[in-house]
Amino acid sequence: MPKLKVSLLTGRTISQGQGKEYGKLSEEYWRSVAVCEIDPEDMKRLEIKEGNNVKLTTGFGSAVVRAVKSSRGPHPGVVFIPYGPWANLLVNPRTHGTGMPSLKGLSAEIEPAPGEQVLSLEDLMKKHYKRE
Amino acid sequence: MDICVKDGKIVEKVNERKAKIIDASGMIVMPGGVDIHSHIAGSEVNTGRLLRPEDHFKDVEAKTPLTRSGVGYSVPSTFTTGYRYARMGYTTVMNPAMPPLEARHTHEELDDTPMVDKATYPLLGDWWFVLEYLRDGMIEECARHVAWMISATKGYAIKLVNPGGLEAWGFGRNVRNIDDPVPHFNITPREIIRGLCKVNQILRMPHTIHVHTNNLGKPGNYLTALETMKCVENLSKGDRPIIHVTHCQFSAFKGSDWRTLESGAEEIAKYVNGHRHVTLDMGQVVFTDTTTMTADGPFQYILHQLSGNKWVNHDVETETSSGIVPFRYRRKSYVHATQWSIGLELALLIEDPWKIFLTTDHPNAAPFTTYPKIISWLMSQNARKKAIGKISRRARRKSLLPSIEREYSFYEIAIATRAGTAKCLGLKQKGHLGVGADADIAVYNLNPMQVDPSKKYMAVRRAFGKSAYTIKDGEIVARDGEILKSVDGRTFWVDVKLSSASDEVASDMKRRFREYWTVEYENYPVPEGYLTRSAPISVKAEI
Amino acid sequence: MKNNVITSVKNACAVGEAKFLNYSNHRRPKPLIRKNGELVEASLDKAIQKSAEILAGASYPILYGWSCTSCEAIRVGLELAEEIGGIIDNTSTICHGPSVLSIQDVGMASCTLGQLRHRADLIIYWGSNPWSAHPRHIDRYTAFSKGRFQPSAWRGYLSRLSATLTKKRLLRATSLILRRKISVPPEVDRSPSYALARKERKMIVVDVRRTRSAELADYFLRVEPNKDYELLQALRMLIRDEELDVDEVAGVPISVLEEIADVMVGCELGVLFFGVGLTMSQGKLRNVDAALSLVRDINQRTKFLIMPMRGHFNVTGADTVFTWQTGFPYAVDFSHGYPRYNPGETSVIDILCRGEADAGLIVASDPVAHFPREAVQNLVNNPLIVIDPHVSATSLTADVVIPSAFVGIETEGTAYRMDHVPLPLKKVVEPPEGCLPDTVILQRILHEVRKLKKREGEGN
Repeated sequence: MPKLKVSLLTGRTISQGQGKEYGKLSEEYWRSVAVCEIDPEDMKRLEIKEGNNVKLTTGFGSAVVRAVKSSRGPHPGVVFIPYGPWANLLVNPRTHGTGMPSLKGLSAEIEPAPGEQVLSLEDLMKKHYKRE
Repeated sequence: MDICVKDGKIVEKVNERKAKIIDASGMIVMPGGVDIHSHIAGSEVNTGRLLRPEDHFKDVEAKTPLTRSGVGYSVPSTFTTGYRYARMGYTTVMNPAMPPLEARHTHEELDDTPMVDKATYPLLGDWWFVLEYLRDGMIEECARHVAWMISATKGYAIKLVNPGGLEAWGFGRNVRNIDDPVPHFNITPREIIRGLCKVNQILRMPHTIHVHTNNLGKPGNYLTALETMKCVENLSKGDRPIIHVTHCQFSAFKGSDWRTLESGAEEIAKYVNGHRHVTLDMGQVVFTDTTTMTADGPFQYILHQLSGNKWVNHDVETETSSGIVPFRYRRKSYVHATQWSIGLELALLIEDPWKIFLTTDHPNAAPFTTYPKIISWLMSQNARKKAIGKISRRARRKSLLPSIEREYSFYEIAIATRAGTAKCLGLKQKGHLGVGADADIAVYNLNPMQVDPSKKYMAVRRAFGKSAYTIKDGEIVARDGEILKSVDGRTFWVDVKLSSASDEVASDMKRRFREYWTVEYENYPVPEGYLTRSAPISVKAEI
Repeated sequence: MKNNVITSVKNACAVGEAKFLNYSNHRRPKPLIRKNGELVEASLDKAIQKSAEILAGASYPILYGWSCTSCEAIRVGLELAEEIGGIIDNTSTICHGPSVLSIQDVGMASCTLGQLRHRADLIIYWGSNPWSAHPRHIDRYTAFSKGRFQPSAWRGYLSRLSATLTKKRLLRATSLILRRKISVPPEVDRSPSYALARKERKMIVVDVRRTRSAELADYFLRVEPNKDYELLQALRMLIRDEELDVDEVAGVPISVLEEIADVMVGCELGVLFFGVGLTMSQGKLRNVDAALSLVRDINQRTKFLIMPMRGHFNVTGADTVFTWQTGFPYAVDFSHGYPRYNPGETSVIDILCRGEADAGLIVASDPVAHFPREAVQNLVNNPLIVIDPHVSATSLTADVVIPSAFVGIETEGTAYRMDHVPLPLKKVVEPPEGCLPDTVILQRILHEVRKLKKREGEGN
């Protein structure tokens, strides 16, 4: 399966900002946050279409999200996931003495994940944040 | 002599059997200190706090059952500010600069400053409404709008900082003297100063206009200070002062550049001695690491360029600006040592103690916790000699201090730190121990019969640094440097009552608000309920 | 409004509208306490009591959030943190914390937004996407607003837009007529357009992606990820008239940079807005250092100002209140009895990653959704109290949940705008029964904590 090395950005989007006002458990939130915006040329290289699931892996974790064609291109080699629990599985928690973790410009690998599901918020929390 | 206190006021007599008695024999009893100019609250002060974590690390105050924790040194946190003033026997502090748009912020911080009564002065010398009305000669309209502003911001006095210069700084420029017109507005600083002086009289404000002169900090600026004082001479009615020039040390430089800098204190003192319409405060430098913060944006930028220190600038739309730069005054620097000498020369050469008051423009020339040191310099030629022996040799040679023998008496110190300032501010119940005054009293552990302040200046310093008792509104709040009770002071503001319709002003402001500001009209005024203890002072204006 | 329910919102941006119309969704207006692994409803008194027990009994509790509540509530929060000797931190720590650190090193030449509306003729957004994060910024305060000394650039934008649309229509029409695709050489957006030379307000956007804000700009500069520092320093050299030995920096040709530098120095009043694009990428605070220093240096030649694009509702207010009460803007540690500040040591992410905290109070924030996974794992392993109007990811894992009233909708308070201007927030509707304002809830917890500590002290 084709894999690409990319730079991962996380950040705000209007729909993420609106979605969180609808409530974190809402469909709107899941729809706007568990996604990855990819450059159309990169999507061709990965042999995926809009709405397919992709898996991203960084040195800190991996996550499956829905692929969305980026209208902000061209930006080959750069992918964007809005702030939220899915992005946070991938970011670097080390703050290098500044208090601020590294949330942008992370080295990541992206590949199609046709057999895998995008977790709902509840399932994500059960899987990663179960209380001991 | 006994002083009787009941229900927070000084009264004729009390029932001695039921009263608590404080034996202050052998000690000095003064009214609580009244600080006429000290930056303790508001947006530029808070930015100063933010800018200086390194200043806080070395000076912390832990929480106690009665007091909140905090930090110092040159820009203390709010609780610490209140406690430190109380420990020195001060009970009233005036915050001298409030950007009107951010008035809410100033009042929030003042509310978190315990122990002292307080008030604040809105910055109006560059307000577009003032500039426009004065340019068009509409003094009464200007007065009505200023009255609205004072009420809206819960302010106490009209403050001018580098009048006209701050508007010019909006585009990075400045004004060069009091007749240099302000770009885009076609009005000179002279007209602004005179105009607001007239407005102040029309509104019958308790205090005079409070002026930070143009060209502050520039060699040769003593001429600007004299011009400023002269330009309102003919507006004076009778004996009452009509202008207060603040932190005059910074405006008393003679010379044409930093190398030829000299003291202009003698010329200024001569003028003040011969006129009755002016009051000043010192702005005394102490050799230490402190933080400068004023509304004088252009001056602060110059200070940054001179010192290379980090610089914060904050211009406020339609109204004013501010700048913050940490600064260290060094003994061996010719310029700093001259500045140190100027402040003391002013205080010692001006004969009438009711005309010049003790301040450091905290924290610009020094933190307010250095007041006891300055008191000792004023009272003791020996103390001055010791200090002057350590400064730059060139400054020492040029300083007038060695030839000045005058030493302030305790009585004169009381005037310079409380009686004089209260009178100048128009605070009738402060600064004296007569019947009807607020029971704000400071007792200092020093026996004037036994201690010669000229020789025992260290004892003077210690006594004024830590009051034996500080009494606020009739309650003992501090003793020997320990806070016994945390109290909330009042916030004074002037409620100007116009005799003619003031709703016209309000609707005029409403219409034009969006053009001038980026906030809504309804959100601008500070409601009275915002102040924990609001204490309005009503005045009836002439219009 | 109808029957105490908001039905429509005027004058707000998209996020604001969503907030006002949806504030009543996803709420459980009853306090909850976790019993046997499940969250069950409880009385407010019991919830407060349990919270007080957790906090009073902890040796290193963290109190986090604060950016979505009023200044009045934050003041109580600080008092509570001081009382229990905990760490209090706000969302600056994962947002503009590095900017604050830089400002503490370098200083900042800034102003209130009205100054820009009246005077700015050059506006630069760097690593910031106001269209998505601050939707009304451009039309209220910058390019499309009207000021005393500067007209709006809206007309200019419209005429450019119509020119582009006309061109597209013509191309499509031509290709239909000729029955083949017309290829036009792609727009080389590497050289500044004539737009930068004209007299009206201009807007430049610098970012790693062509964001929506970039579409509105007169000029868009695409910078390679993690190379903002180099680009800023290159500009700094150019405005000081120094020569650069390379052909391009961060993917931008030197010739372009030279033109941009000229525009910056030649403007009447310029402003640089920067976003978390700088604070979060490699270099973090050093990127902000470079930006602050660049603007400071330009002031030798013309008036230039800089401002961080703060999001998160009242985060500026949180920093402001923290600073006046403790001397420090965020990451304040009270465990020694006085305020201590050392981001990297006393900041919440680091404390959580080191596993040092033993309890948490979260107010008006959702760290489970917004913190890196490792930090969240440690957060949820400790007793956790949440005070929030909404159900959030964090409240799902909490031990105590106390629903509160929405600041600015159901309760009043003071908040600070991104340029430090304080604004009053009004109460518009009544909160659901049982939902109290944060100030009241925190006061009650503080009161209970003091009672517990007194009892403990007397017991010794």
